Amino acid sequence: MALLDVKKLGISFGGLRAVDEFSIKIEKGELYGLIGPNGAGKTTVFNLLTGVYKPTDGSIVLDGVDITGKNTIQINHAGIARTFQNIRLFNNLSVIDNVKVGLHNKYKYSAATGVFRLPKFFRTERKMDKKALELLKVFDLENEAYLPASGLPYGKQRKLEIARALATDPKLLLLDEPAAGMNPNETAELMNTIKAVRDEFDMTVLLIEHDMSLVSGICEKLSVLNFGQLLCQGKTGEVLSNPEVITAYLGE
Amino acid sequence: MKKKIKPMTKKSFITYGLVLIAFVAVEILISTGNISSMLKGLLVPICVYSILAVSLNLTVGILGELSLGQAGFMCIGAYSSAIFSNMVKETITEPMIRFPLAILVGGIFAALFGIIIGIPVLRLRGDYLAIVTLAFGEIIKNVFAALYIGYDSAGLHISLKSQGDLGLAPDGKMIINGALGISGTPNDSTFEIAAVILFITLIIAYNFVNSRTGRAVMSIRDNRIAAESVGLNITKYKLMTFALTAFLAGVAGVLYSHNFYSLQASKFDYNLSILVLVFVVLGGIGNIRGSVIAAIILTMLPELLRSINNYRMLMYAIVLIVMMICTSNETIRSFFVRNIEKFKGLFKKNKAQSDVVKEGE
Amino acid sequence: MAFLETLINGISLGSIYAVIALGYTLVYGIAKMLNFAHGDVIMVGGYAVFTAMVTWNWSPWLAMLFAIVVCTLLGITIEKVAYKPLRKASSLSVLITAIGVSYFLQNMALLIFKEKPKVFTSVVNIPKISLFDGKVVIKGETTAAIITSVVIVVALSIFINHTQKGRAMLAVSEDKDAAQLMGINVNSTISLTFAIGSGLAAVAGMLLCSSYPTLTNTTGAMPGIKAFVAAVFGGIGSIPGAMIGGILIGVIEILGRAYISPQLADAIVFAVLILVLMIKPTGILGKKINEKV
Repeated sequence: MALLDVKKLGISFGGLRAVDEFSIKIEKGELYGLIGPNGAGKTTVFNLLTGVYKPTDGSIVLDGVDITGKNTIQINHAGIARTFQNIRLFNNLSVIDNVKVGLHNKYKYSAATGVFRLPKFFRTERKMDKKALELLKVFDLENEAYLPASGLPYGKQRKLEIARALATDPKLLLLDEPAAGMNPNETAELMNTIKAVRDEFDMTVLLIEHDMSLVSGICEKLSVLNFGQLLCQGKTGEVLSNPEVITAYLGE
Repeated sequence: MKKKIKPMTKKSFITYGLVLIAFVAVEILISTGNISSMLKGLLVPICVYSILAVSLNLTVGILGELSLGQAGFMCIGAYSSAIFSNMVKETITEPMIRFPLAILVGGIFAALFGIIIGIPVLRLRGDYLAIVTLAFGEIIKNVFAALYIGYDSAGLHISLKSQGDLGLAPDGKMIINGALGISGTPNDSTFEIAAVILFITLIIAYNFVNSRTGRAVMSIRDNRIAAESVGLNITKYKLMTFALTAFLAGVAGVLYSHNFYSLQASKFDYNLSILVLVFVVLGGIGNIRGSVIAAIILTMLPELLRSINNYRMLMYAIVLIVMMICTSNETIRSFFVRNIEKFKGLFKKNKAQSDVVKEGE
Repeated sequence: MAFLETLINGISLGSIYAVIALGYTLVYGIAKMLNFAHGDVIMVGGYAVFTAMVTWNWSPWLAMLFAIVVCTLLGITIEKVAYKPLRKASSLSVLITAIGVSYFLQNMALLIFKEKPKVFTSVVNIPKISLFDGKVVIKGETTAAIITSVVIVVALSIFINHTQKGRAMLAVSEDKDAAQLMGINVNSTISLTFAIGSGLAAVAGMLLCSSYPTLTNTTGAMPGIKAFVAAVFGGIGSIPGAMIGGILIGVIEILGRAYISPQLADAIVFAVLILVLMIKPTGILGKKINEKV
């Protein structure tokens, strides 16, 4: 059974059909790419999958659980975490606290425990620190742990967003243009990181990307969106050599 | 292994230390008789305003929302506790038992109202929250000013019209007398108790900010959409913070009402909410210690310098405008930051430390 | 009959709220900020008319013109000095600044005109209307308020929808950056918005003080807040919404004062605000705005 099984997903904004009959099956452990020209509806698909928008039709099943129409918070609890195209960090918090917010629902103590500094507070905080530093280490961010997130260079901010998403212990990780704004060196490094995340955390990843070197380098399968509809779907090599895809990208 | 002290812990302990030193200094002045009666009369209000400022700073700095209803929550705390104390003052004669109970009553009632008002408004954009809390403060003030409550052998009588309308029996007693308010509240607020409550307020505030809950609240402030994406229940945390700040404002109200023989609702007006906002802005939004220092200085200043009294409110207005433009306009702010860094650089060789993030700022 | 008279008084007060609410709605729609000081511009307008008529002995028409000029300039100045530097700042900073400006105006007026209320002389010179053999009397001020507000709403609607400057305002309210790219001068458009809003506040100030002739430094504060309630009620950003909201709030307040309790009239108006925000936060004619993810 596929980890993510999306059937005929669609949404209309007023009269505009932004996404139509979008179906996708992602197996556990796959690195899957979602590509397409600007305005094809890729981010809208992410927003549908994470409950930012309610789909007008279709269904989303994650690991056997129907999550269609659930809100963002419920969907995160169900096991989908994401990053954003325009980075959204908690800018005034430290790097490590950004990750600890991600750990919020996995390591719990009550507000009163925190205010009265009961033993459980210290115990849990220690565990959270340890776990957060482990995660930061994967992304080579442990030296910046106590700096404000807004002070990080661009590439590291993107990585921190991934670390924060992973902290929620998701089954599926959605990355929205993780390489946007990066130079070729940074992109190459990011590719390794994403692969490492998949391998170390046994993670399933769906990513939106424009950088073809990244897509062809790490994605095993691809779906191509054009004008809100699926153009084609399959193994990376096959999809990229499909003449229809080439036309969509390069124009007639 | 050397234990790392986190910046937040260090900061809170400096604040505790400063408050403790100030407290001891005042106690010495009192015991040696070196304090003017005017200043002595300001001691409880200083604590009250400091607690209010800390409470509002949690709303503005940590939650990132502006509440103009702090006076309203304070009013609820003041009235509910004054009613409580007036009703039990013959049965519980020991102030050390009666007053802590009154504090709980005032705080809890204010927190309840915080939740009631918070549920509809915390979903809204910031500007609306400010207006609704302002409206709420006015409603509270107006309702209490129009409220007549008395009791006699037949039980409790309530009216919104006049004292005569209550129809009290000759043995009856007034509890709330409309715009004249409540009188006869036992003077249980002493400087010592007020200082202890301020100290506890600071501990609660710092511990709250530097905990799992505080982190969640600040992440919502910084980026609501990202906070939702990692599964935080936005409404729950906003409401929790709002209730806590209402509780603290209510406790400040209890200290206030038990410091005076009589209490009128008209005291809890819009100007009071603005005054507290001035403390917060001047002390630095998100800076808890700054709020306390600003509250202390601005409460004492007009009393020490009578000549500026006429210009006091105008100065407050200018403080709000100038502080906001200086801290929020990028050009002006970076100008200040650059020069302050230069200034600091002259004294500090090891600058790496100052780059460490300051939480809640 | 008494009810009819009360109702008419409510509509009259509501018309004044509507004129104030228009200022809020325009500024909120275009500069995306709650101009907290708007109510206090009303008070400045009141004092301007008072000074011109009583101290300088000017004619009412000249005094009104003077007040409009003073308030318009004041509005532009406030925007330039206090709000423009914060165009990119968080809404929290802007709001606190606006509160500072409001407090500044109130306390400046207190220093200049002192605490003792001024008795305002009505600028309205319209005879009263008697209906039903004098059972219902409509004061000249009442007629003036209603007529003025209708004229203003119609004129403003025409200005916004049918002139180049008006359409520029619409464009800026839709998307500031896109408007800039289309060659619209955003700064001057925002300035113009403040100028119009403050000019309207002057008119509202005269109408308000003519109907309720005591003038203090806080005269504008409560009507200002209630007019904001009206703007929210009608749907913030909407001109007809401001009119509808204003009249409803005026009627609710006057009826509440007459039939429930004079002390609680304000509380009732604010309770309406809380109810509206709970049930339909976008108001009667408002649009829902989604944040882009």
